[in-house]
This record gives sequence, C-alpha cells and structure tokens, in this order.
Amino acid sequence: MSIAASETSGSAPVAGEKIMEVDGLFKHFPIHAGFFRRQVGAVKAVDGISFDVMRGETLGLVGESGCGKSTTARLLLRLMAPTDGSIKFEGQEIADAKGPELKALRREMQMIFQDPYSSLNPRKTVGSIISDPFVIHGMHKEGGARKKAVQELMDIVGLNPEHYNRYPHEFSGGQRQRIGVARALALKPKVIVADEPVSALDVSIQAQVLNLLRDLQRDLGLTLIFIAHDLSVVRHMCDRVAVMYLGRIVELATSDQLYSHPRMPYTGALMSAVPVADPRLAAAKKRQVLTGDVPSPTNPPPGCRFHTRCWKAQEICRNEDPPLEPKDGGNLATCHFPLTDAEVLERVPTARNVES
Amino acid sequence: MSTGTGASDLLHADDHGIDQIVAGEAPVAARSPLALFWRRFRKDKVALVALTFIVLLVLVAILAPVIRNLVGAPPPGQTSTDALDDFGLPQGPTSEHLFGVDSIGRDIFARVLDGARVSLLVAFIGTGLSVTIGVTLGMIAGFFRGWVDTLIARVIDILLAFPVLLLGLGLASACSTKDGCLGGALEPGLTIVIFIIVLSNWPYVARIIRGQVLSLREKEFVEASRSLGAGNMRIIFREILPNLVAPIIVYASLFIPANILLEAALSFLGVGVTGQASWGQMLSEATGKIDTAWWYMFFPGMALLLTVLAFNLVGDGMQDALNPKGNKQK
Repeated sequence: MSIAASETSGSAPVAGEKIMEVDGLFKHFPIHAGFFRRQVGAVKAVDGISFDVMRGETLGLVGESGCGKSTTARLLLRLMAPTDGSIKFEGQEIADAKGPELKALRREMQMIFQDPYSSLNPRKTVGSIISDPFVIHGMHKEGGARKKAVQELMDIVGLNPEHYNRYPHEFSGGQRQRIGVARALALKPKVIVADEPVSALDVSIQAQVLNLLRDLQRDLGLTLIFIAHDLSVVRHMCDRVAVMYLGRIVELATSDQLYSHPRMPYTGALMSAVPVADPRLAAAKKRQVLTGDVPSPTNPPPGCRFHTRCWKAQEICRNEDPPLEPKDGGNLATCHFPLTDAEVLERVPTARNVES
Repeated sequence: MSTGTGASDLLHADDHGIDQIVAGEAPVAARSPLALFWRRFRKDKVALVALTFIVLLVLVAILAPVIRNLVGAPPPGQTSTDALDDFGLPQGPTSEHLFGVDSIGRDIFARVLDGARVSLLVAFIGTGLSVTIGVTLGMIAGFFRGWVDTLIARVIDILLAFPVLLLGLGLASACSTKDGCLGGALEPGLTIVIFIIVLSNWPYVARIIRGQVLSLREKEFVEASRSLGAGNMRIIFREILPNLVAPIIVYASLFIPANILLEAALSFLGVGVTGQASWGQMLSEATGKIDTAWWYMFFPGMALLLTVLAFNLVGDGMQDALNPKGNKQK
C-alpha cells in the first residue's frame, strides 16, 4: 500500500483535455403528500454543481452519506434525468439524451456498483452476466466469440476463466466485485464511475480491488470517477478530489493540495477525524469534532450551507452564499473564511508530511 | 515473482494461486439453482412419495380408457340394470365392478378414473391460467408503478372481496343456458369452472408477484442492466422473471390442490362439470346413499383426499427446498 500511495502523490496534476463538463447540475426529488398527491417540497439531492473531468484522470467524490455523491454518479451516467443543468460528454450535450442516443452513450460510460451482493443477478451464471453487454449491443455474434471475449475479461480482472459457468453465490465478495468490474469493462468504455466499489468489502480485499482498478486504469487509459467516503482510499486512488456537502461541491482540489492544506473547514473536520498512526503526532493533534447533524436536504440553510456546523461561521456566512473560487494554495473552495496553514497543521498533523 | 514488484502484483499472484489450488483439488462443476433444488427436494422422503403418487395419477388419468379396457370395466357413462340387485339397489365391489356400481348401475371404478381426468385438467389449466395472468399483471403493476399499478391493485382488492363460492354459484347458474354467456365464450361445464377458478385465483398471484417485483426492481443488478443499455422488456424477462420462479412454483403447487377442491365443491353444489364424471359430483350423489352403498362415497372421496394430500405434500417439499433458510430440523 505504501509504495502505491507514494506513486499517486508523486504524479503531476492532470492538465489534459476535458472529457466531461458538468455545469449547474440539479436533481430535486419531489415529495408528494395528501390525498391528491400534491407536491409539497423537494429533496434537493444535487443542488447546482459544476465541474470538469479530465481524460485519463481519477476524480474522487467524497462526502457524508446523503450528500448527493451517488445521485451525482447516476446523473453523470444518465441513469436518472437531471432536473436542470448541462452534462457534456466529449463536447456533446447528454443531459436530455434518450432512446438510441442514450443507448450509444452506454458504451462510453459504465458503472461499478457498491454492493457486490445485490449488483449480480443471483439466477444468472457469471458468463451470462459478463456477456450481457455483448448481447444488448449485438457484439461478438459469431459462435464462440462471446465466450472467448468473456473469458478474456475474466482473465483481465483476475478471475479464473474456467469459472465461466458458476453462479455468483459461489464467489467471495472480492471476486464478485471483480465480476462487476469485468462487466463494466466489457463495452470498452471511456469513463467508469465507481460508486463506493470497496466499502462493502473486507479491508484486505479492498486493497486488491483498488489495485486492480488502478492497474486497469493505467493499462486501458480509463477515466475514473471514484466515489468514496473513506479518505485514505481516495488519497490512494485519486488525482483530484471534490468534497460534497448537502448537494453542493464545497471544495475541489488536486489530491496533494487537498491533503496538505484543506481550505474548507468541513474538509478540515473530515480529515481531522482520520486516526493518526504516529503517537507523537496524535498527541499534538487538536481534533475538530463537528457538532449536530447534516441539515435536511429538503430545506437547506441559507447562505453557506455549512454555517450551522462551522466553528468559523460569522454573520456573512448566514446571509451570503460563497462561490467556489480559488483560495490560498490553489484549492477551489466555497468559504468566506478558509482555513489557514496553521489551523490545518493543528488539526491534521499528517498534512505536514505531504508537503515535504 | 521477483522482489520489488508492486503490492498489487503480489496480491494478484496470491489470488491466482488460490484459484489454481481450488481448481486443482476438485474440478467443481457448477450447480445450477435447479440442481441445488433437486438435491434438497430429494432428501424429503414424504414429498418424494407424494410426487410419485402424482406422477402415477397423471399417467392413470391419461391412460384411463386403456386401464378401463384392461380391467374390463364399462365406459363411465354407461348405465346397466344388470349391475343392480333384485331390489334395484346398487352392488358393492365385485370382480366385475372393482369399486361397485352407483344407483343407476354405472361402474364407479370407471367414473373415478374419469373424475381424475377432470380434476387434473381443471387443476392444471386453471392454475396455469391464473399464474400466467397473475404474474403478467403483477409484474406490470410492480415494475411500471404509477396509475397502472393503482388500477391493478384496486381491481385485485375488489376481486378479493368477493365470496368465491357465491360468485361461482351465481356465474354458473347465469351461464347455465345452452349457449352460455358472454356471447358463447363461457359455456356451461368445464369452461365455467375454469373461469371461476382463474377469476378467484389470479388476484392472489398478482398481489404476491407485485410485492416481489417492487423489491426486485430496486436491486442494483436491475440498475446495472439499465446502465448497460437494456430496455424494460429485457429487464423484466431476463433480470426479474428468473428471480420470480421460486415464488411462482411454490404458489402454483399450493393452488393446484385448492383448485381440485374448488372444482369438487362446485360440482358438489351442482354447478360444475357436466357430461363427465367428477369426484365432487359423485360425492354429492352419494350423500343420500351412505347407509346402503358405502363404496359410492368411499372411492371418490379417497381419490380426492389422496390427490389433494399428495399435492399439498409436494408443495410443502418444494417450498422447503426453495427456501434453504427455513430448513426443517431433521
């Protein structure tokens, strides 16, 4: 793990070509109540987010449960239609794609799911699960070609191709997740969205699956959008990280920037919660504990969304919504009073190591 | 593996190693759900005996005319005063009439065989149609939701509120004229019995299937299929339907005996099958003769009892075999 981690932090910030552009994306789920099912409100799951995804990079999306990470992933893949906003894939608008256009899009973007137990149909063999994409898109029709393609994929993800005829229940969690990865790779997509691909797995198995994803990304030139709530996993995997809170992106920076000097107090609090292995550093650490709960996404607070839990909040935070703009050190953050380097070091003692 | 390879390589190597060991030790053949089901079902001896009985019964029903000729019994509808004694009373079992004769001299053995055909026909066709309609409507309601779901769910509620036997009696007598009703679509006899069975059964099937589909459609494998570009039809038939096979089999196996009984009840009440012998109809005719001709009620009654019991036992066995979690302690 340590070797791999140093590789990531050594890589240069990606300055490539944009493969996806998201602009002002909204997803509101209506709430109906009463006899006539009138709309009485909406869950603002994703509430105006904008970001770009560079070709070949790994973009991390982190945040607490319910902050809109998974919804964002499903919007990007167009498994849901956005309420408003624009999603461009290779310059083409896909926010309102449907029918054949949407089906063609499926070949470009794929998803790896969180739960390897519910994402594989228990009644189908592994061979049939992995060859589904070929059947749906009418690929490899010649006799035997489908089986060959499936077995190649199984080999790529580290499964024994002989196990073609087995059922999902005959595999372990890690192997099941590999089946999910093979299925996602079948159509040779350009973008893969991984929705917490390892959070349902054992820690020792997590490393295997993460390394598999990294190797595949390197070998196949994939663009990876990686959703997680585990900050160490994100640091291991990602070139850039977007931190989400209540349906908004509150900080967007390269991994190095984010882990050495978080600017948004929320990011600082998240990092402060990560245990420190070195006892001397741990003793010096001033842990920033967030009080209270995430406010309801049906009625987010005015001004800065984080002001209800922020220790630096002042009058302006309650009234004025800060834009996502560059702060000291290059991070993009939505904050009127970003963290200073001294405040960061106090709360996240490991940040010092990153800088050196 | 040389030293200095990345952690990932080592982990991969490990993984392959385990696979190879497993593959080398025993070439485990893939067990399909059906094979697993059969392995578990086989352990239930009672259900196996019952299944054998059902298979024999089906063979007997199919081969009824052949068996009748073999034992030399007259056709089921043939009346014969020869078989009655000097006082005009029916005779009990003899070598000529194995199960005795009824009050107008019809051979009861032949009529029990004929009744098996009716019972099984009604049970299988009635159950098959109820399950087909119920599964189709249940899947539509559960998968598409919205107003279709509301409509189907309300129809189910309304149909479940009807008393089945009263509805059956009413319908059967309304359609008892020669031409039947609904423009001749419902003829008196077998058709009306099957219609009543289907009408009263499909709501139960649809309600169960709807519930299952509501939960299955939220599973990640459905979303995965959609993200691969699958349309609704493919998701319904290739992803959801295979997961409904177990509940469908269980409910069908429990509906079959219930439908045999319903047919018998309708025939007993005089609105069932006409022209053919039926167990319920024979029981109804025998009620007045129980003092003088026990065989008249005993043989059709036993046939009905054993058949329903066998189907119930097989149904229970299948349910246990399909739900390994609810295993009986042995």
